Amino acid sequence: MKNFLITLIIILIPVKSFGLIEVDITRGNLNPLPIAVSPLSIDEESRKNFENILKKKNIGSEISSIVENNLKVSGLFNPLNKDAFLQEPAIANLKPRFEDWNLIKAQALITGKVSNVEEKLRVEFRLWDVLAGKEMMALAFTTVPNNWRRVGHIITDKVYERLTGEKGYFDTRIIYVAEEGPKTQRVKKLAIMDQDGANNKFLTLGNELVLTPRFNPTSQMVTYLSYFRNLPRVYLLDIETGTQEVVGDFPGMTFAPRFSPDGKKIIMSFAKDGNSEIYTMDLENRIVEKITNHPSIDTSPSYSPDGKFISFNSDRSGYQQIYVMKSDGSNVKRISFGKGIYGTPVWSPRGDLIAFTKLHKGKFYIGVMRTDGSGERLLTENFYQEAPSWSPNGRVLIFYRETKTDSKGKGFSAKLWSIDLTGYNERQVPTPTDGSDPSWSSLLSN
Amino acid sequence: MKLSKILKNGFLIVVACLALSACATSKKSTGQMQGDVYTGTDTVEYLASGVPDRVFFATNESVLTTASRETLRKQAAWLRKNSKITIVLEGHADERGTREYNLALGERRANAAKDYLMTYGISSDRISVLSYGKERPVDSGSNPLAWSKNRRSVTVKAN
Repeated sequence: MKNFLITLIIILIPVKSFGLIEVDITRGNLNPLPIAVSPLSIDEESRKNFENILKKKNIGSEISSIVENNLKVSGLFNPLNKDAFLQEPAIANLKPRFEDWNLIKAQALITGKVSNVEEKLRVEFRLWDVLAGKEMMALAFTTVPNNWRRVGHIITDKVYERLTGEKGYFDTRIIYVAEEGPKTQRVKKLAIMDQDGANNKFLTLGNELVLTPRFNPTSQMVTYLSYFRNLPRVYLLDIETGTQEVVGDFPGMTFAPRFSPDGKKIIMSFAKDGNSEIYTMDLENRIVEKITNHPSIDTSPSYSPDGKFISFNSDRSGYQQIYVMKSDGSNVKRISFGKGIYGTPVWSPRGDLIAFTKLHKGKFYIGVMRTDGSGERLLTENFYQEAPSWSPNGRVLIFYRETKTDSKGKGFSAKLWSIDLTGYNERQVPTPTDGSDPSWSSLLSN
Repeated sequence: MKLSKILKNGFLIVVACLALSACATSKKSTGQMQGDVYTGTDTVEYLASGVPDRVFFATNESVLTTASRETLRKQAAWLRKNSKITIVLEGHADERGTREYNLALGERRANAAKDYLMTYGISSDRISVLSYGKERPVDSGSNPLAWSKNRRSVTVKAN
């Protein structure tokens, strides 16, 4: 996927950030920054050319709409209505008339231009600080026309990074389980889509039950659980070539797989004789190591981003609680001590927090705590929700939620949702069918 | 087969009566649960006449109740009589737990049943175990009675 971007020529004009606008993403943003996304201008010849190739009337406006939607969904920005824009896109990209943009209360402005250069899509864009009347950033890149949606995501990532000081998460994908059919006989397929729900593709046919797909943080590999031939086993799937293989040769159920941060190992549970333990398998030399050794259920393992620690859940205290240990299995410490039961710990890519699912008094919560268990914060409460997965910048969590059925057992649905670490900006993530078990990829372009 | 159908239909009528009388007095669905273990029979199928195919568990538990042990002894007797039959024990959990933990819990429940069958002389060669976690509920309801029916280990003929 990375090769798709033929060239990413960055003409970054360094501008001193002082005095310019900034967006604080550490608190719930109740006043999203008003931003004007001027449609990318396009010359008539390029427009016609791309209309032929991509069947989109004006690819410049299409790309701008992607940027606009991303900014809006982030909750940090308020893209202004285009009807109020006074300046022509092509002219604004050369030199914005800041008084005009100020008049409609825009604080930031994105302008740009698309052109056809030897059958490739060339895009340049600029970010402007309206109040200061200054250019904050200018970038240009060239890619194959089919990558036009990714162009919108990359522009958003650059704008987000410039304004918040942190990496974006827009040029990313979500792998999840697409679900259909009655609750007692759900048909489940692996599916993958862009972070905004576009380009949805099913990766399996639904002939066998599949669960818990997770991305390799360093490549386009996925690990998941499949009931192929009624043998629940952890599999490895290359989403580019479609090749699949069973992970390890275990005489029983393997489940709850995840990659190590360097992508070289899979950590998972193996259940035998009523006891589930955590194992790792090195993908190069196939060496299997047993990490836990306790007669309780030990599962849902997740590495810290430096690979030195593993969090997992265990019912060794009587109920499911969260534990942290060194990656060799030593120094096991329970970290969850609040009321209720705790599961599905996942280490933030920033390393400072663990996201989890909590069940207390019949309600399910998605929350975060520090890695020593202190500072527990519950972000959202619902009838049923679980399995948080972090955006690559550690600012957003995606998870799934199931509805309560009515007295006749009808009305079941499962949907993907996201929420900011601040506890604000809770949103349903659009999927063509029901969905569960989402996993967020790393940034596709870096 | 026929018997199970008759039993089922018969039971439906009983349930309907119970539901009516329950509505008249209180909203509690009693009579089919002891603690939170399901004691009814409306989802139960029969491996042979008088040999129920499943046992039920309390929330988060894999301990066999007295009734479960009685059911498994009947299954063991039937398996001893039909020595060619092999079985799969399918372990299940209700929807009120995380997916991965429930997979482990289903496996633990099915193994509790397996261990008990083995103490009654059934060879482990004849038994395989398969956990479905919360993936295959029999009752799609979101209430304690539905959940109690779904916390189960079901013995299925494999050949």
